[in-house]
Amino acid sequence: MTTGSVAQTGAGAAQVYGSGYGGGRDPANLGDILERVLDKGLVIAGDIQVNLLDIELLTIKLRLVIASLDTAREVGINWWETDPWLNSNTSRQQDDGHELEEENRQLRERVRELESGRKGRGNSRSDRESRGTARHMDLRDHRAR
Amino acid sequence: MEPHGIWIYAITGRVSAAGLGQLRGVGGGPVRAIAAGELTAVVGDVGLAEFGEQALRRNLEDLAWLEATARAHHQVIGALAELGPLVPIRLATVYSSDGGVAAMLADRDADFRAVLSRIRGRQEWGVKAYAAGRPGPQDAPVGAAAPASREAGAGAAYLQRRRGQLTAQKDARRRMLADAETIHAALCEQAADARLHPPQAPQLTGTKALMVLNAAYLVDDERGAEFGARVEALADRHPGVRLELTGPWPPYSFAASEESEGVGERALRIEARDAV
Repeated sequence: MTTGSVAQTGAGAAQVYGSGYGGGRDPANLGDILERVLDKGLVIAGDIQVNLLDIELLTIKLRLVIASLDTAREVGINWWETDPWLNSNTSRQQDDGHELEEENRQLRERVRELESGRKGRGNSRSDRESRGTARHMDLRDHRAR
Repeated sequence: MEPHGIWIYAITGRVSAAGLGQLRGVGGGPVRAIAAGELTAVVGDVGLAEFGEQALRRNLEDLAWLEATARAHHQVIGALAELGPLVPIRLATVYSSDGGVAAMLADRDADFRAVLSRIRGRQEWGVKAYAAGRPGPQDAPVGAAAPASREAGAGAAYLQRRRGQLTAQKDARRRMLADAETIHAALCEQAADARLHPPQAPQLTGTKALMVLNAAYLVDDERGAEFGARVEALADRHPGVRLELTGPWPPYSFAASEESEGVGERALRIEARDAV
């Protein structure tokens, strides 16, 4: 999905050529194209058939999708990592996801350890768990939309 | 005949019909010109069953459809940009008649000609800067080797360590933002104009690294190579960030005539997104 000619220079600046102009070359990263055609480019009005508010609606929705993915990551759902549209770098993200999972696991262990010495001090943990489940379901609904 | 609308790709100067000959636009349809005075709107006819308001509402939410349409729109604009200066038009701008398009051209003639003369002989380059290191507290895993002599002591030690990690992260982020500011200022010197865009979400970039700069620069055609070299030199000087150069692009980011602020006048405002 990304461009066919990403040249990694020694300096660490990745140069992506052929992003802009057509001419049969593999075009740019979809995220870059969407950013430009949806968010940049001139907005004009007049004797118009399609109301541009529709587009605003769309970009807002796109952002919401992205935002909900952030939320999803927080609660440990990673289904989008296999979505080819959203992610061209699936395997790498999955690796990262595993590291996050591992850190989450360590944190949970640590919390359990700390809390074991303070029994009877409320049960905020189970509150949090049930909230997590509700969010989880919301996201599933969102995905099924 | 099926009801149709006029989809606009770009506004440009006079173009020959031959130049548009083989171009195919959204929905696979041909591309044609509507002229008024010195200006031309490059358009295509689109069926309202697919590109009407109701249909667009639905189709724009279909990511496969959106991708195909966005790429087709972009491809026409890219091909036209090779013929001469143009004003790229936002995706899904659909007029109901040729007459409406011609009236709009006449109406905003001065605006469009001002934009065209500003971007003539120039191209847009995109530069993004990402955090080069991992943002997380990778060096000192939380919860490892905590002294467990007393409950309170262990908890306090944990919190202190965690706070230290967060502070270090914040400092690193501040340094990267300062790098981004320096880089942006240096690149502005090489450009006729510049625009700062919000950093893209990690899900769109395909990388988890925090994006600290997402900018577009309008660069003279003959200075493109120099600009690229400058980006490389800046990447060398700022190992804390990874720079990515894209382009050349048609001047999407410089299409609006009302945003005529000069290079560097706009303060660098980047919100550091929390990379989870």
